[in-house]
Amino acid sequence: MQTSVLRLLTCGSVDDGKSTLIGRLLVETDSVPHDTVGAARHVRRAGSTIAAGDIDFSLLTDGLEAEREQGITIDVAYRSMSLLDGRRLIISDAPGHEQYTRNMAVAASRADIAIVLIDATKGVRTQTLRHLMICNVMGVSRVIVAINKLDAVNYSHEVFSAIKDDLLSHMSRFDLPDIDFIPMSALVGDNVVAHSTNMPWYAGSSLLESIQSWQPKKSEEVTMRARVQSIVRAEDFRGVSTTIHRGKVSVGDQVRIHPSNQVATIATIVADMKKVEKADEGDAVTLVFQPEVDITRGDLIASVNEEISGSDRFSAHLVWLNEEALIHSRSYLLISGPTQIPVIVTKIRHSIDVNTGEEKPANTLVMNEIGVVEIATNAPLALLPYKESREFGNFILVDRVTSESVGAGMIRHALRRGENITYQAYEVDKSARESAKNQRAKIIWLTGLSGSGKSTIANALEKRLHALGMHSYVLDGDNLRMGLNVDLGFTAEDRAENVRRTSEVGKLMLDAGLIVITALVSPFEVDRQRARSVFNEGDFIEVFVDTPVDVCISRDPKGLYKKASEGKIPNFTGVGQDYEKPTNPEITINGEVDTQISTEQILKFIL
Amino acid sequence: MRVNTEILKALENESIEILRETAASFRKPVLMYSIGKDSSVLLHLAKKAFYPAPIPFQLLHIDTTWKFKEMITFRDKVVADNNLSLIVNTNKEGVDSGVNPFTTGISEYTRIMKTVALRQALDDHQIDAAIGGSRRDEEKSRAKERVFSLRDEGHRWNPRNQRPEMWRTYNTRLAPGQSMRVFPISDWTELDVWRYIAQEKIEVNPLYFAKERPVVTRGDQLIMVDDDRYPLGVGEKPEMLEVRFRTLGCYPLTAAVQSKAKTIEEVVEEVFAVKLSERATRLIDGAHEDSMEKKKSEGYF
Repeated sequence: MQTSVLRLLTCGSVDDGKSTLIGRLLVETDSVPHDTVGAARHVRRAGSTIAAGDIDFSLLTDGLEAEREQGITIDVAYRSMSLLDGRRLIISDAPGHEQYTRNMAVAASRADIAIVLIDATKGVRTQTLRHLMICNVMGVSRVIVAINKLDAVNYSHEVFSAIKDDLLSHMSRFDLPDIDFIPMSALVGDNVVAHSTNMPWYAGSSLLESIQSWQPKKSEEVTMRARVQSIVRAEDFRGVSTTIHRGKVSVGDQVRIHPSNQVATIATIVADMKKVEKADEGDAVTLVFQPEVDITRGDLIASVNEEISGSDRFSAHLVWLNEEALIHSRSYLLISGPTQIPVIVTKIRHSIDVNTGEEKPANTLVMNEIGVVEIATNAPLALLPYKESREFGNFILVDRVTSESVGAGMIRHALRRGENITYQAYEVDKSARESAKNQRAKIIWLTGLSGSGKSTIANALEKRLHALGMHSYVLDGDNLRMGLNVDLGFTAEDRAENVRRTSEVGKLMLDAGLIVITALVSPFEVDRQRARSVFNEGDFIEVFVDTPVDVCISRDPKGLYKKASEGKIPNFTGVGQDYEKPTNPEITINGEVDTQISTEQILKFIL
Repeated sequence: MRVNTEILKALENESIEILRETAASFRKPVLMYSIGKDSSVLLHLAKKAFYPAPIPFQLLHIDTTWKFKEMITFRDKVVADNNLSLIVNTNKEGVDSGVNPFTTGISEYTRIMKTVALRQALDDHQIDAAIGGSRRDEEKSRAKERVFSLRDEGHRWNPRNQRPEMWRTYNTRLAPGQSMRVFPISDWTELDVWRYIAQEKIEVNPLYFAKERPVVTRGDQLIMVDDDRYPLGVGEKPEMLEVRFRTLGCYPLTAAVQSKAKTIEEVVEEVFAVKLSERATRLIDGAHEDSMEKKKSEGYF
C-alpha cells in the first residue's frame, strides 16, 4: 500500500469557493512559485471584483482559456504539495458543474480523501449529495466536509450546526464512516491552515491538520495478486513484467497463473536493473518463473493457495461517461488494467437518483448517470469486488468503433449463473453433421437498407441451394419479428438485441450443419461486428446489398418509406436513423443488377 | 529523507507501469528526447522498465538548429553510450526560408521550427504514440493533461474532448487518424526530478551546473551567447558570469540564472530554496496567459 503519496479530491457546487480554498491551502503552505502568486495579484479576469493587490486564487488552478473566460472549472487539474510530515499530497481540483460530473468521477476514482465544500449561506444542495454519492460509489475512504464562507454568516455556530445536522440526516444512505466537519472561510483563511480566532466555539482541527492526521488503513496480510503487462525477452532471459498490486512476493514463492491454472515457482525477481529477493505491494518488477510457463498479457498471477474461479457474469455499478447513451445488448470492450475483452451489458437493473439515492427502473443510462448493471464477458475474468480492491474491481467500457471511453464500472460481485453453467460437449458435432449432409455449413449475412433486395436475394439463393441438394434455412428479419423477436422495436438498443438473437439462432443452425441465410437491415457496424465474433473465422460471410436509397424508396415494397416520411415510423433506417455501410464485407452486391446475377455471385463464393 | 525515498519509489513504480503499458499497446511508440533533465529521467526509467531487454522505443529529437552546442554533444554521447536508435528531425523548409528566433517572432518561430517539425516527424515515421517528459507542475494547461493524452488528426489537442482517465486503467486504443501523447512523469515535481537524478546518479547535461559563461542581459533575462549568430547591439559585449540553466531549449530563448551550484547536490539545494517557477526562464511562456494551451491545440508537445 502506498502511504507516502496521498490523493485528495475537492468537490462542491460552482461558486462554493473550491478554487479559493485550494489556492489558500497552496499559498499558505508555500507550495506555489512566487512569480505565479505575483501574477495572480495583478492579473484580473473580466468582471473580477477582487481588489488590486489581493490574490485571485482561482487563477492558480483554472488553467484553460475557456475556464478563465467563463470563470468555471471544466476539467480536473492536478496540484502537488508537501505535507509537514514529508508526505506528498496530490490535489485533484474537480469541476462543480453538473454537466461535468464525469470529470468529478475521474478525480474520485483514485482519491483517498475528499473535501466536500458547502456554502454556509446556501446550505446542503443537491450537488453536495451527488458528490457524496459519487465519493461513496468510488470508494473514497475519508470525507472532510468544509462548511465555507462562515465569515458571511457572522461565524455563527448555529448555522454551522444546522448544516451539519442536515447533512448527517442524509448520511444513512452512504457508507462513509470517516467524516469530519470543519467551519471555514477560505477567503479570510479561517481554519484552512491555521486555527481561526473568529470561531472560539470550534475546537477541532484545521483543514490541513485534518488531512495530515489521516493514515491509510494498514492492509492486513493479503495474498499476492498481479497482472501481466508484457513478456520481457533478452539473451538467456524470459520474464514477465508486472506491478505487484496486492500483497508481497519473494523468491521461492509458489504462484498460480490464471486462467491457465499452471503452478510455478518464482525463480528470480528483477527490479532496479538487478536481482532482488522480494518485492512489496506497489512495486513494478519483472518475474522469472520455474518452470517456464505459457503466459500472456492480462493473465493473473496469484498466490498458489488462493481459490480463484473466474466468472463471465458480473453485477457492477456503472457511471456513464458518453454523450451517446448506453445500449444494452451492444458489444463494448472492457478494459481493466492490462486486460481487454469484449462484453455486453445484458441487463440494466436500475439507475440511481443521485439526489435521493432512490433506485429507478431504467432501460438505458445517459451521460453522468449511475446505474447497476449486469455484464457478460466473452471469457471468464478474475475480478474482485470493488469494495475489496479498487485495482482489481475497476473497469472501463470502450466503444469499439470510436475507441472512446464510454463507461466506468465497479464490480459489485460475480453472478452465480456464470459458475453454474458448464459447456456440454455434443458427441455428434458440427463436422459430423456437415459430412452427413455433404456440405460445409456457413452463415450468409445479408445487410442493406430496407428495400435493397435482401429478402429477394435470400429466396433466390435458397432456391438454388435446394436445387443443388443442399440443406439451408432463411432467417428473415420480418419473420423473426413475428415470433422470437416480437418484443423488439427499432431503437438502437432493440436493433442490437435483434442482431444478437439472430446471430445466436444462426449459430445453432450452423452447428446443425445448415447453410444459414439472414436477411436483416442490421444498420450498425458494431452490431454486425459482434455477430461476426460469434462465429469461427471463415464461417461468417457478410454480404452488403448496396442499393442507392432513392432506388429503395422508389421500390418501397412494404410501403415503409412512405410511412416513415410521414413520420409514422421513428428510427427508420435511411430516414430517421443512419445506415452504417460495412467497411470490409466479404461480398458487395450491386442492388440494381438482376437477382440471378447476385445469386450466382454469392454461390461462387461459398461453393 | 525516508519519506522522500518512498515518494520517489512510488513515482518511479507508476512511471514504469505507464512505460510498459505504452510498449505493450502501441504499434510504433517513440520517446521524445529533448536532452533536458526530464528526458534524462525518462530514459533512465525506460532502462529500468524493460531491463534486461533493451529499450523498445526509438528516440526522437526535434532539432531547431538553435540548440546549445553542448546539448547536441551530450545527445550524441548518450545515444552512443547506451546503444540507442535516434531519429532527428529539422523543419528544412523553415531553415531554408530563413526562420530564426530573432526576426521571425517567437510564437511563429516556435510554431514552424518545433510544432510543424514535430508533426512532420510523427507523420513521416508513422508514430502512434510519443512519450514525453512533461510534468503537471510546469504550467497551468499541463496540470490539466491526462497521462495518456489523445491527439486528433493533425496532432491537435482538444482540452474539451479529453478521455476520462480513471484509476490506473488506461484506454490506449486509437481510432483512425488519432495518436497519443504519453506522460509517464506527470505527477513528478521539478524537485522530485532533481532528487531522483541525485539518488540514481543519472548523467545530465553540464549546462545545468554553474560555470562562467558569456551572457548578455536582455530585459531581466540573462541570455548566453552560444555562437556568433547572436545579434549583439552596437558596442555590446557578452560578460562572463557564473550561471546555470533550469530548463534547456533554444539558446536565444532560454535564459540562464546566476548560481553557484556546481554539483547535483547543490542544484537540489538550490531548487529546494528557490521560489520562482521553472518556466520563468522560458521567453515563450510569458507571451500570453494561454500560450501553452494554444500551442498544444496546434500540435505542440
